Amino acid sequence: MIDYDKVLSNKIKNIKPSGIRKFFDIAGTMENVISLGVGEPDFSTPWVIRKAAIQVLERKHIVYGPNKGIEPLRNAISRRIKKKHGIEYHPQDEIIVTVGGSEAIDIALRGLIDPGDEVLVVEPCFVCYAPLVELAGGVPVSVPTRIENNFKLTVEDFSDKVTDRTKLIILPFPNNPTGAVMTREDLEPIAEFLRDTNIMVLSDEIYSELTYGRKHFSIIELEDMAERTIYVNGFSKAYAMTGWRLGYVAAPAPIISQISKIHQYGIMCSPYISQNAAVEALDSCDSEIAKMAEEYNIRRKFLVTEFNRLGLSCFNPEGAFYVFPCIKSTGLTSEEFCERLLYEEKVAAVPGSAFGESGEGYMRISYAYSLKHLMEAMKRIEKFLEKLEAEKK
Amino acid sequence: MNDIIRILQQNARISNNALGEMLGISAEEAAAKIKQLEDAGIIRGYSVILDDDKYDKSTVYATIELKVTPQRDCGFDDIAKTIMMYDEVESVSLMSSGAYDLAVEVKGNDLKDVAFFVSERLATIDGILSTSTHFILKKYKEKGIFIDGEEPDERGLG
Repeated sequence: MIDYDKVLSNKIKNIKPSGIRKFFDIAGTMENVISLGVGEPDFSTPWVIRKAAIQVLERKHIVYGPNKGIEPLRNAISRRIKKKHGIEYHPQDEIIVTVGGSEAIDIALRGLIDPGDEVLVVEPCFVCYAPLVELAGGVPVSVPTRIENNFKLTVEDFSDKVTDRTKLIILPFPNNPTGAVMTREDLEPIAEFLRDTNIMVLSDEIYSELTYGRKHFSIIELEDMAERTIYVNGFSKAYAMTGWRLGYVAAPAPIISQISKIHQYGIMCSPYISQNAAVEALDSCDSEIAKMAEEYNIRRKFLVTEFNRLGLSCFNPEGAFYVFPCIKSTGLTSEEFCERLLYEEKVAAVPGSAFGESGEGYMRISYAYSLKHLMEAMKRIEKFLEKLEAEKK
Repeated sequence: MNDIIRILQQNARISNNALGEMLGISAEEAAAKIKQLEDAGIIRGYSVILDDDKYDKSTVYATIELKVTPQRDCGFDDIAKTIMMYDEVESVSLMSSGAYDLAVEVKGNDLKDVAFFVSERLATIDGILSTSTHFILKKYKEKGIFIDGEEPDERGLG
């Protein structure tokens, strides 16, 4: 018998499985579970985008296409960033179209990290950063943000974690799972600190189209920051295009020319049909995005008020499609809380601890669900909290 | 105002409390806003969307296309108003098709009921040139609500 334990690399064996997955495997086996767990829109991809894809299927030869992505799409991406942030990325040598934002993050990390290099991972955050840093041979250094600051990053949070091995800081805003956003005023001191260093920024702005009450601000807009930033975005969240697997990375040419090798050898190119459809998305779907954002905003306000009413204090998230209520008042850990909520009231939410230690005491609630669904979920959560209250007595 | 309509269209029975939470206002303010919309005649009423297959299988719906001679001075209004007085009529709309002028949705207890209504009540109205009746076999979605064929949620957890 072959010994797989010996066959597999130690590096991969040491990677922890996702804390989200584990929890939802249980939910998958139960009936009548109402989920608040998903991280993808409940809307379908706007019809004009789907139609564009159908036309490609009908009329075109589906080829690999250029490694860095088809030209019309890179041009459209360049125009979009220019329009949103006033920064011009050259479509030829400063942009790569990737297989989702995830691949963009992966190739950026692999392109920058030498063994032992340290990467500051701002937490709570989506589960992929630390494992990808480890796979690239780096050392993730967690940088917890705090509720006192509405989960925004401050210089004090990370300045004492910087060493001469620090290569990169990951800025995941608007944030999954907290919904926190960074404004120009929040980012300025951070840029000020970084300007004197050789530390790069990986700015994951996948939720940038989903902000409420104010427009998203990117760190690339600040003086001298575009040259030290790897900008990551994608189509999944804004255009409800998760399954199309399409993202992009924009960065200075010396970085793009190196990381495009990883993309070229490992991936070759992003899906051709999706790329053609994405041009349509960028060209003609602004009103669709706005419509979806309006609908999310209604749900967001409902959930924040409901959780606060139920005594689970919930700060006001200004981006993404999650709320992050605090469950410390119940005396349970986030894992215990979510597990009991699932078994006893059949509501599936993700424990905050899945997103880093600083997420302990919270849970992530997605509002990528219809109002009807959310209202039913809140009823069940209220019932569960009453039960916990009764137990205390 | 946009948001309140959007919410009510999804669920007109929502409590003032929940509505207020979604709009970021108090329950009283939400109630006042609804009253305003009602008083202004923007909200004309509230109804219920049924799955007739479950409620009353024999109910029949038909869409009837009517060709009409427009009347002097009042165009199609007069005939449309005559038609809409019937209880059997669910909706009356003026169309721009060229092939016909008015689309009328009719509800009846059975096929014969609808056929009788068309031939005896509609076709006999002065100014109606012809009728063309289409029976509805199945409703999948009405007023944005799925009646049948809702897709299961296959989303993952990204």
